[in-house]
Amino acid sequence: MESINAKYVSQKISKVRWRPVSLSSLQQPEIFATGSWDNEDNTVSIWTIGNNGISSLEEGFDGDPKPLCEHKHAGDVLDLQFLDQEKVITASSTGGVTILRYNNNNQALSVSHQWAKAHHYPCDNAPCTSVVCSSPEIVSVGEDGRIIVYRADQGGIIRTIENADSSTIHAVTYLRTTEILTVNSIGQLKIWDFRQQSNSPSQILSLSGDRAPLHCVDRHPNQQHIVATGGQDGMLCVWDVRQRNTPFSLMEAHSAEMWEVHFHPMNPDHLFTCSEDGSLLHWEISSPSDMPSFLQGGRNNSMVSRSAMAPAGGNQSLINAWLSGDSSKGRLETTHMLPSQTLSVNSLDVLGQCLVCGTDGEAIFVNRQIPV
Amino acid sequence: MGNIWVLPVVREISSCMRPFTSNLALRGRAAPSSMRSGKTRKFTLPFYANSSTSHTTSLLAFRQSKRKSPARTRSPSKFNSRLNQFTFNHSVKHVLFLFRFVSISKNYRSVIRACIEELQQVAVNTKDSAVCTQYGNQVSILLAIELIWNLCEVLFIDAVGALLLHLLDWVRLHKGDVDEKATHVLQSESPAEHRDYWDVVVGYVLQGRLEEVRQLLVKQATLQPAARNMFKLMDNLLSKMPFYNPGGTQTPTDFDVKWRHWHEEVDRCLQDNSFASNPHLELIAKILVGDEDTLLEHKELVGTWYHFLVTRLLYCHPTVKSTELHFYAHSCMTMFLDPRSVPEALDSILLAAFEFDIHQVIKDCSIALNNWWFVAHLTDLLDHCQLLQSHNLHFGSNLREFLLLEYASGLFSHHSLWQLAVDYFDHCPEFGRVYLELQMERIPLDTERKALKVLRICEQRQMSEQVRSICKIMAMRALRNNRLGSALSWSIRAKDAAFATLISERFLQDYCSRGSFSDLDLIDNLGPAMLLSDRLTFLGKYREFHKLYGEKRFREAAKLLLSLMTAKIAPRSFWMTLLTDALPLLEQKEVIFTSEQTYELIFCLEELTSSCNTTTATTTAAASMTDTPMQEEDLEVTKVELLRLALARNLAMAIVNEGTVEV
Repeated sequence: MESINAKYVSQKISKVRWRPVSLSSLQQPEIFATGSWDNEDNTVSIWTIGNNGISSLEEGFDGDPKPLCEHKHAGDVLDLQFLDQEKVITASSTGGVTILRYNNNNQALSVSHQWAKAHHYPCDNAPCTSVVCSSPEIVSVGEDGRIIVYRADQGGIIRTIENADSSTIHAVTYLRTTEILTVNSIGQLKIWDFRQQSNSPSQILSLSGDRAPLHCVDRHPNQQHIVATGGQDGMLCVWDVRQRNTPFSLMEAHSAEMWEVHFHPMNPDHLFTCSEDGSLLHWEISSPSDMPSFLQGGRNNSMVSRSAMAPAGGNQSLINAWLSGDSSKGRLETTHMLPSQTLSVNSLDVLGQCLVCGTDGEAIFVNRQIPV
Repeated sequence: MGNIWVLPVVREISSCMRPFTSNLALRGRAAPSSMRSGKTRKFTLPFYANSSTSHTTSLLAFRQSKRKSPARTRSPSKFNSRLNQFTFNHSVKHVLFLFRFVSISKNYRSVIRACIEELQQVAVNTKDSAVCTQYGNQVSILLAIELIWNLCEVLFIDAVGALLLHLLDWVRLHKGDVDEKATHVLQSESPAEHRDYWDVVVGYVLQGRLEEVRQLLVKQATLQPAARNMFKLMDNLLSKMPFYNPGGTQTPTDFDVKWRHWHEEVDRCLQDNSFASNPHLELIAKILVGDEDTLLEHKELVGTWYHFLVTRLLYCHPTVKSTELHFYAHSCMTMFLDPRSVPEALDSILLAAFEFDIHQVIKDCSIALNNWWFVAHLTDLLDHCQLLQSHNLHFGSNLREFLLLEYASGLFSHHSLWQLAVDYFDHCPEFGRVYLELQMERIPLDTERKALKVLRICEQRQMSEQVRSICKIMAMRALRNNRLGSALSWSIRAKDAAFATLISERFLQDYCSRGSFSDLDLIDNLGPAMLLSDRLTFLGKYREFHKLYGEKRFREAAKLLLSLMTAKIAPRSFWMTLLTDALPLLEQKEVIFTSEQTYELIFCLEELTSSCNTTTATTTAAASMTDTPMQEEDLEVTKVELLRLALARNLAMAIVNEGTVEV
């Protein structure tokens, strides 16, 4: 298990994302992007853990992330997504949304398109908190409560929902090609259907009681009605958006804000969360049925990425492990993935067998053999 | 734990070293020879060559390495706890106690070493010569820091064991050029004929590395078969030299006999001119016998006065005790240095260390290095070793805490390192919290995410005052940007009743002027948070009334409306609006307000109008409108009359209705 590498990068990392790989080649991801925050000059950087064809004799030095290129970024990088293999979308604390083009040949990042101050107050900047994309569409949300939809290929804004939320929208994810789901700082999930012209959500789900702010959301890669969220109290909630408007299950996970939650894109019985308390958890749920998990959903999609939409597939009638009720509790295993450290783990991404996370301790950790 | 963390300590802490532009500026004349430029300079500790040098913070953050320092809090290792089952006499315990700190001290040094290597690496990679010299300067400062730290470790922390052997190690580590030369020599085709051959040999002799000397001499001996006996004699002398190790089985008298015997032997060889034919071997023999004049003649090989000191101790006073050290240090310094020159900062720091004057060392370092990292961490470590007398300063707490506070305050002024400083403040028992409280409020909050991180730090430490103030800042900002929902969320988080009241007022005003509520998603989901302030409760309940009304649940709506007034939840200024809201209910075909409820409504209306009459007629429904024009006053009067009419009609209907039901 010596597969974890730590790299200290001398800037606090706010986001990490793997570059998507094509599934047909059965490759493990090699390249990831990071964004920094709280520096005077923040950057978006591209890293590789591959050895660029040079066979390394010393195992110990193998897999250390090496910087490929970087680009200055105005404001904190609050979110980062790969649109495709070449384009990275960033969300800035200045309210801007930027498409950066990563050139693989000469290892350079350049601005391909920018919507400066897409999110704003009447006379001030409003941070853009999250972006999500389903090529060519991009959706961004911000502290100003706006939802903005862009077209990456045409460079234009195609829709803006003003006052979509009275409080800050912290995260957004696609449910289907025409539906997105946002989480806000008063513990609500809102589903927006872009086929409807009205500027109000088609459904609101909320945490009853303490209204703990929700900070992150991820959708089950195969079953679009299953959504996991994490909030300020460090609770992991799993929701079935079809059936109820309260969470299906609540699990105590972290002792402070949960910053990100991710289903494993290939093997959704595995889930990863990271938190302000400095921990990164690996959740594994064993399927209630004896059915191998690969039968539980289609995964014949050719491109796997958090940002890319996985097509609806598989047999929806099968009961998902995450929704199998109380009986599943005994079969849920959690493992700490990092040694104890005090500073926040701000972001994580998982693809194939590789996991990367970035911390306020200015470190990037890469684990190349996660047990999934 | 599924994963084992295998990382050399060096690696972990090294990268904690901040590449950020830390300015190890030196004030005045600074320590090591390579940095004697006499000017204040700014340096950049790099990761990226282009990182700017514009910072003014003069700090060097060795990130998590600090975590090692509050050593007492760390749990003892398994090894230790097992040992503790036995009873120890005090000295053994003390040795174990110090042993832990030695390893911590070594960790610190490895951080500095790693940092130096990193810097050298970057310096090699940059093309810009100015940047390169900057890095070079930075490296020399770090080398000096490491030199001082190492000496302090030898003298203060690792005080048990052989003093002289430790000092030899110290000199060896910091006079690396001998080893460098040696590799050059050994890699050449014929090492024994290399230009630097004898320099290396003598250099090794001066550092007491006699094994290496013997190996090198063998090479020379094979070249000169004629002088074979001479080399054999030297080899014999070198191999027999006794080393004093108080920790070993040897008693001091044993050693003394051996030493004297060996010394006489070397002396005899010199007297009978055994090495006269080879000046190099004669020089070695003279060094071995401890001839100070010879040593001083070869200053360039010794390099520094402290190297001279250690060599002199090795060959003249091998059983030196730590208490005598300062005497030799003084004499060596005066012998070695030009008497007219003023000693450099580094010299006086080292001298103070040899004198065991810890406070002087710390003081001099604070002056020479314009950087609190070194003194803060060294003092902390020495304090944990219980080496600092806890004499209280007339300012603040003790020296350790004072320096830690200074260092951490510096970190706080950095835009990104403030998170680290929190840890330091946590380990300052007396003033740490006060400092932290003052600093936390001053962090610029650009995004909510940052605000949440700051809040988490405050909440973990029960700093409720700061939590309130941060939430208030965020609420005020939201309010300024017209984000009422956000503002209300923040004030609910802060449990700030006054501010919640203020925002609720804004909501109600907006409602009065627009006739509809904004931010329904929030108001509809207030839950128990509604109870924070009366006005907020009213806002929530009033919205509930609208919801019931919209759902045509008139009876419940009417009951709620009435209770808002009778339970005095609604502010008096809002009663007129509420009564107006009751109008459509009163005008419904079916009776909604019972007779009893209608009486209460009438009572409310009368109470309102009478109180209005007693003050002025102007303060009616909309409290904000202070100077109501006549027209509006008329409107109010009409409203009241309309209400009275509706109430009377409803009462009549209700009485009839209730009578009917009874029958």
